[in-house]
Amino acid sequence: MMFDETPDTASVLKADHISKSFGSVPVLFSVSMEIHPGEVHALIGENGAGKSTLMKILSGFHAPTSGRILFDGVEVVLPPDGEAEALGIVLIHQELNLAEQMTVEENIFLGRELTHRGLLLRDKMRQKVSGYLQDIGVDISPSARISDLSIAEKQMVEVAKAISRNARVLIMDEPTAVLTEAETELFFRQVERLKSRGVAIVFVSHKLSEVKQIADRVTILRDGQWIGSQKAEFLTPDAMAQMMVGRELSDLYPPLHEADVDAPRVLEVRDLCAKGVHDVSFDLRKGEILGFSGLIGAGRTTVFEAICGLEPIASGQILVDGVETRFADVAAARDAGMAYLTKDRKAKGLLLDKQMRPNLTLFSLPKFIRRFGLDVAAEEKALERAIRRFDIRTRDANIKVGDMSGGNQQKLLLAKVMESEPRIVIIDEPTRGIDVGTKQQIYHFIAALAAEGVSVVIISSEMPEVIGISHRVVVMREGQVMGVLTGDDINENEIVRYAAGLKRESKG
Amino acid sequence: MSDVTAETTPKDKRMRFDIKTAGPAIALTLLCIIGFLLNPAFLSEGNLTNLLTRSAFIGIIAVGATFVITAGGIDLSVGSMAAAIAGVMIIIMNAAMETMGPGLATVLLGGGCSILLGLGAGWINGVLTTKGKIEAFIVTLGTMGIYRSLVTYFADGGTLSLDFAIRGTYRPVYYGSVLGLPAPVWVFIAVSICGWLLMNRTAFGRYCTAIGSNESVARYSAIKVDRIKTLTYVIQGLCVSLATIIYVPRLGSASASTGVMWELEAIAAVIIGGTVLKGGYGRIGGTILGALILTTIGNILNFTDLISNYLNGTMQGLIIIIAVWLQRGDWGKAKASKS
Repeated sequence: MMFDETPDTASVLKADHISKSFGSVPVLFSVSMEIHPGEVHALIGENGAGKSTLMKILSGFHAPTSGRILFDGVEVVLPPDGEAEALGIVLIHQELNLAEQMTVEENIFLGRELTHRGLLLRDKMRQKVSGYLQDIGVDISPSARISDLSIAEKQMVEVAKAISRNARVLIMDEPTAVLTEAETELFFRQVERLKSRGVAIVFVSHKLSEVKQIADRVTILRDGQWIGSQKAEFLTPDAMAQMMVGRELSDLYPPLHEADVDAPRVLEVRDLCAKGVHDVSFDLRKGEILGFSGLIGAGRTTVFEAICGLEPIASGQILVDGVETRFADVAAARDAGMAYLTKDRKAKGLLLDKQMRPNLTLFSLPKFIRRFGLDVAAEEKALERAIRRFDIRTRDANIKVGDMSGGNQQKLLLAKVMESEPRIVIIDEPTRGIDVGTKQQIYHFIAALAAEGVSVVIISSEMPEVIGISHRVVVMREGQVMGVLTGDDINENEIVRYAAGLKRESKG
Repeated sequence: MSDVTAETTPKDKRMRFDIKTAGPAIALTLLCIIGFLLNPAFLSEGNLTNLLTRSAFIGIIAVGATFVITAGGIDLSVGSMAAAIAGVMIIIMNAAMETMGPGLATVLLGGGCSILLGLGAGWINGVLTTKGKIEAFIVTLGTMGIYRSLVTYFADGGTLSLDFAIRGTYRPVYYGSVLGLPAPVWVFIAVSICGWLLMNRTAFGRYCTAIGSNESVARYSAIKVDRIKTLTYVIQGLCVSLATIIYVPRLGSASASTGVMWELEAIAAVIIGGTVLKGGYGRIGGTILGALILTTIGNILNFTDLISNYLNGTMQGLIIIIAVWLQRGDWGKAKASKS
């Protein structure tokens, strides 16, 4: 399976048998990668395959343990801490690096302000910024504050910033992970423009159909090893997935047990109104997996945050096991057997500066209280169990959660919520930003939960996921339920028609 | 990356030498050695007892401050709070003397009032920060000014003095000894042990850490964030009232200059001890060492002519800055990274 293309153009940046170890832990083994001017080069692999490390080495943030970096064919040692930007190598981090309270213009010229005798040349900078923004074809005012922009717009500002630095190599870590489909399209158009100007673009993505669509070449890493670099036109998404995982992935979605239409209703929501949510009604039965589909911003998250006591409820009825309930806070919801797993695992899900144990037990800490004190031994046992049950893989059990890969973080977050042994679990974007192999594990886990009689709600913006894992699908649009799909009606066509407002079920 | 399934080996953690944890202990040991070299009388029993007694006020308050800071808050009002509580205590005890006499009952009444006032003042700080959604710095800056002016008002710009008859009954609380240790030191020890257990062995301590580390995560993890944060201020208030109870018999008076700068000394003790100012990581043991370090510096300066006693603040300031610089973290340690 390993073969390399002979390049037809000279590479602008080349990694030559790069190896990297952190302490005694090797993460990259003799990886090579060539980046040519005017190409879009996708870097794919499972979480923990070494993609981020390779990107950081290519942009100078990490020094390789061995191997060479060639820039324009000349061996170089890249300067650390982003100083490689001066050479035209720009890394755009997944967590965008913008000063939120400053304007677009100020951000783009941050650290390189144009001055005359110590005074800022504001007009000149504004003009230049307008030029850059026009270049990539986005309609953002140079004087807009970053905090007022959408994530997609912020990303464009990062791209404009890179262009202002005459970037020749633009390296992006999962640029599309948080973009909607429309935003992704816009983003790809800008990528094409940059490409036509001869900029080399390297990007990481877990969305293989996107890779197929936009990339010219694909480099695949697995467990820190170079698996191959190939022209994208010769690869199908399935083939990519297979190379990433090293095994067949035919059963990405597990077989679901038959939905029991007579199972008792564990959760009934009637005419729920909250911020941006109007008259939402639905039922959830015991052992059922209920998908929630719709565009980002359709109010799906708000519905469940309101039910769990995280958002105020304006009006409506919530019945748990047929009894009307209103949870004052998350603890009340938890004690009633309901748990909400946030889609924002870094900001709302996990304490990134803590280790796994305190994270695992945080949600269900009362369970670990023995005579007023915490039972650390029981916590350790729970961690051992969770590591086995959810197949959490780390270099070191005492590693900070923030240093774990996204897939392992997601598994830990699942473990944390499941530690409270809920009867109703709401999982918001269960597989955001994680690799195919871990996705498969999570889907199988969800199916097993439902088979045990736990009721699961899946909120997902990935349509194949909702279709593949749900018994029924609720489609929302602009804070309202547009329709509920069952059986053969659960297909992409139907969902899109409801989500786009082309079709709506009559109420009642 | 070759992933290895994690094995939990709790022993590893304890065996690893951590400069951050050991730092304050090393610093205190060094200070003691320096003190002894400058003047062997430094290690005399009398001086050590004196040192511990003087550490008790700041130490007790700092234990409370550790909770507030760990949960991501700050309390600037503790010094004024102590002064105001001391003032009210004296007024109440003087007033009660007419009916209850100068006996134990009056002192107990004073102490009880002190505790109620401390709990109440802490609760007010807590509720204003959580329910009122005002930043802790602003709230406690406000209450700091209020309490300070209240004590000045009660004392009519002068000094409130405890009746001499009551002083006789109350005196042992500061000057008395049990098993060779002064009473304030026993209180300090008790508060320290309770504080340590609360921080390290209970769900409450874990919740404080979680809130300071990331409040959103805490909220999504079924933690009653407002309640826990308010409780940290209540604990702080309790600690202040305990410190005030043992402080009043020392001078038997309260004035506008009582407890001045205590808030900063308490925060300094917490920070020197290794607690992170922005929250999320708290160490009661470190705080206790921090309080001892601060007092020891002043004590050593009293013992030597090398540096003027007036430079006490300079030395304390230097120690704070050096301590935080040493704890800054990852110097020398390769930064671990995910891939």
